[in-house]
Amino acid sequence: MVTTLSRKDRLFTAFNAFVGICILVLVAYPLIFILSASFSNPSEVAAGHVRLWPVKPSLMGYRAVFEHQNVMKGFMNSGIYLVLGTLCSVTATLFAAYPLSRKDFPGRKFFTFLFTFTMIFSGGIIPTYLVVRSFGLVDTRAAMILPTMVGVWNVIVARTYFSTTIPGDLLDASRIDGASDFLFFFKIVLPLSGPIVAVLGLFYAVEYWNSFFNALLYLNEPDLFPLQLVLRNILLSSEIQQNELIMNVEEIAMRQGLHDLLKYALIVVSSVPVLAIYPFVQKHFVKGVMVGSLKG
Amino acid sequence: MQQIRRAWQLYALFAIPLLIIILFRYLPMYGAQIAFRDYRVAKGILASPWVGGKHFLKFFRSNAFGRVVGNTFGISLYALIASIPFPIILALCVNSTRRKGFRKTLQMVTYAPYFISTVVMAGIILQLLAPRTGLITQAIVGITGETNLNIMADSSVFKSVYVWSEVWQKTGFNSIIYIAILSSVDPSLHEAAVVDGASLLQRIRHIDFPALIPTAVILLILNCGQILNIGFEKVLLLQNSLNLQSSEIISTYVYKIGLASSALNFSYPSAIGLFSSAVGLVMIALVNWVASRLGEESLW
Repeated sequence: MVTTLSRKDRLFTAFNAFVGICILVLVAYPLIFILSASFSNPSEVAAGHVRLWPVKPSLMGYRAVFEHQNVMKGFMNSGIYLVLGTLCSVTATLFAAYPLSRKDFPGRKFFTFLFTFTMIFSGGIIPTYLVVRSFGLVDTRAAMILPTMVGVWNVIVARTYFSTTIPGDLLDASRIDGASDFLFFFKIVLPLSGPIVAVLGLFYAVEYWNSFFNALLYLNEPDLFPLQLVLRNILLSSEIQQNELIMNVEEIAMRQGLHDLLKYALIVVSSVPVLAIYPFVQKHFVKGVMVGSLKG
Repeated sequence: MQQIRRAWQLYALFAIPLLIIILFRYLPMYGAQIAFRDYRVAKGILASPWVGGKHFLKFFRSNAFGRVVGNTFGISLYALIASIPFPIILALCVNSTRRKGFRKTLQMVTYAPYFISTVVMAGIILQLLAPRTGLITQAIVGITGETNLNIMADSSVFKSVYVWSEVWQKTGFNSIIYIAILSSVDPSLHEAAVVDGASLLQRIRHIDFPALIPTAVILLILNCGQILNIGFEKVLLLQNSLNLQSSEIISTYVYKIGLASSALNFSYPSAIGLFSSAVGLVMIALVNWVASRLGEESLW
């Protein structure tokens, strides 16, 4: 539909572009600032001289990050939780979603209710903690995965995908050929489920990478801490302990700057794995949000 | 019965996720009865003495009650209202942008903050608002000339810090669904409107905008149900002793007296948590009932 724009419409188009640019700047500027700050010189950061681009570029912040023992350990732990957790969660979610998508699954309504009810009501933090503790899961890696392994929202997304993309005729046809439910699910449904597996994998991977809640509640052993918990301890510590009697003003500024620099570099390094894969999976991601919002 | 036996393979698949849900969702609901007991770890749940509503009354009468419940509702309602218009504005803006490249960039950039973890988000906020060196602190000092500005120590602006950082982070993500709805609006409506001489703005007002309303209502209902359990992680991370007056919410309070303190007192915080869950359940039922009475969309 190509039409020449009236004067009014041209005015609106210009206004719209202006709004778009404002939003873009508001969202992008803090991100660019953090990136620039992380590459700047510590004393310039402490003095607040960084505005848009790095000032006196240096890699000191990143060196500090990679020399930090706890950070590296946190990266490793988070990697383990991400891989194992995503595997378990995607599998369990598909196993829950497929039966719920089958109209001939006895008890379908009841089980759907059982799952969705947990989205609007919960026993609370303390009783959940006591349950996890009574299973002996406190201070184990399993505590990072099992309690939140099945995301009910994701089950609904996957169920909707199955019931809208797997034709009922397919099931009837393979039944006539004598296929069991297992055979049908593993040989026919799963190979058709590439997109939903990608979506679930992405959702869960991001969730595990960013997860902080389980670690806060169930882990006391520093060797098991995921990156997010290590980050909290560094990012939220306000001032470094400094013996101001010994140090001169410049040195204090340098120390403070280095501490800030470490924080900026940490913010960048810890967010990069997720942000780097995101452009490639954006399409799947948007699709996933859409499937989940379908009613029914 | 025969039907059930025939579906045994479906049940076999279903068993693992069902077990997880029962163990980690329903067992805690059963365990929540310690809110009505004086729970002693050594005795177990059933042997601990039944005390009825004692812990609930204690909470209702405590000094913390008004402050904590007020803060929870205050932050949630503020966030709820502030987060409605922006995704809609962004979606309309994206949809009306003709340049494909700019459109893609706008979507890509605005979605990105959603992937930042809560911990990192809190870190970013604290860095930008840090006294003396923070970017935003410097900007405000530059305008007002105020010295010794420490935003995170000011309890009167805590809610705004929480809410507007939330808007910054989530607007792009929340606009996805609206953008998709706009792209599925029947093009013949627009064509007819153009024939009738409608301007772009009129078409947005009378065709695009109304198409978004049902979804906006559903999202509002869903969010109302979540009103009492939002933001535990972020609030906890942004809290400090100076802003506690306006930053202590139900969930952080429960966490502190239940798990972060050395006294093994589980019944009292459980009662507070259960109260919060129950209010949430009532809220979602209420909002859904109101919405269906008004003839708008309803959840069930």
